[in-house]
Amino acid sequence: MAQEKQTSQLLIAFGSGILFAAGLIVSQMVNPAKVLNFLDIAGDWDATLAFVMGGAVLVTMPLFRLVLKRPHPLFAKSFYVPTRRDIDIKLVAGSAVFGIGWGIAGLCPGPAITAIASGLLPVFGFVAAMAAGAFVYKWLFEARH
Amino acid sequence: MTEFTPITGLIGGILIGIASVIMLWGSGRITGISGIFGGLLTPARGDIAWRAAFIGGLIVGGLLWPLVSGNPLPVDLQVSWPVMLIAGLLVGFGTRLGSGCTSGHGVCGIGRLSPRSLVATLIFMLAAFFTTYISRHVLGA
Repeated sequence: MAQEKQTSQLLIAFGSGILFAAGLIVSQMVNPAKVLNFLDIAGDWDATLAFVMGGAVLVTMPLFRLVLKRPHPLFAKSFYVPTRRDIDIKLVAGSAVFGIGWGIAGLCPGPAITAIASGLLPVFGFVAAMAAGAFVYKWLFEARH
Repeated sequence: MTEFTPITGLIGGILIGIASVIMLWGSGRITGISGIFGGLLTPARGDIAWRAAFIGGLIVGGLLWPLVSGNPLPVDLQVSWPVMLIAGLLVGFGTRLGSGCTSGHGVCGIGRLSPRSLVATLIFMLAAFFTTYISRHVLGA
């Protein structure tokens, strides 16, 4: 019988976070200069980030299949995996807005959070603005009490 | 200009993939960072600790890097303060509206061959390429 094992789940999440950060740093995905030079195809193009995403999917594609065939995760009752398959306007518009923000500063959520460790104040500003953006979404689209 | 570094790019990508597999296998969760972060802002009972642990791991990983490698964190910011804030707002709002970012849609969703994630990834990549083109070659930043 599967059970929720809280402490094990916390250790998994913390360890996964550290390893994820290591990947972002080793690949330099955490570096906005590197990201923008990847996005700048018309400039001195640096194709590195294609290898980052490729490397990650090379791992997730086969191993997610194997993991999801199991009856339940090691330390939880069930998998919490998105099930929706419809393409709606929110998905399309939201992804476009995200892409514009990513293309402006060269930071997406994971690298921005890891880059907090650099101590650079504008990174804190970016993450705070990211939180504000998420709140704006909540006010506009989620049910009010 | 930055140097093309496919080997460390690939290694870093594989680490990101392994981190995502560990999370799914151990806790049954997707490492979608905008979603994990967003859930911390509007906390629901019993759904906070694992999110905080993962986000904490992301930051601790960044803090450990200089100690382990002897090198500073490679963060070379490219835009001014106000522009950073605007970009952060767009990223925060857009990832919630679009239900995901580079990690949730790009790494995990494509890994599951989710049609929503394939479409989302295509759109945010195109939007980012277009935006960088405009800012660097049209506005000439």
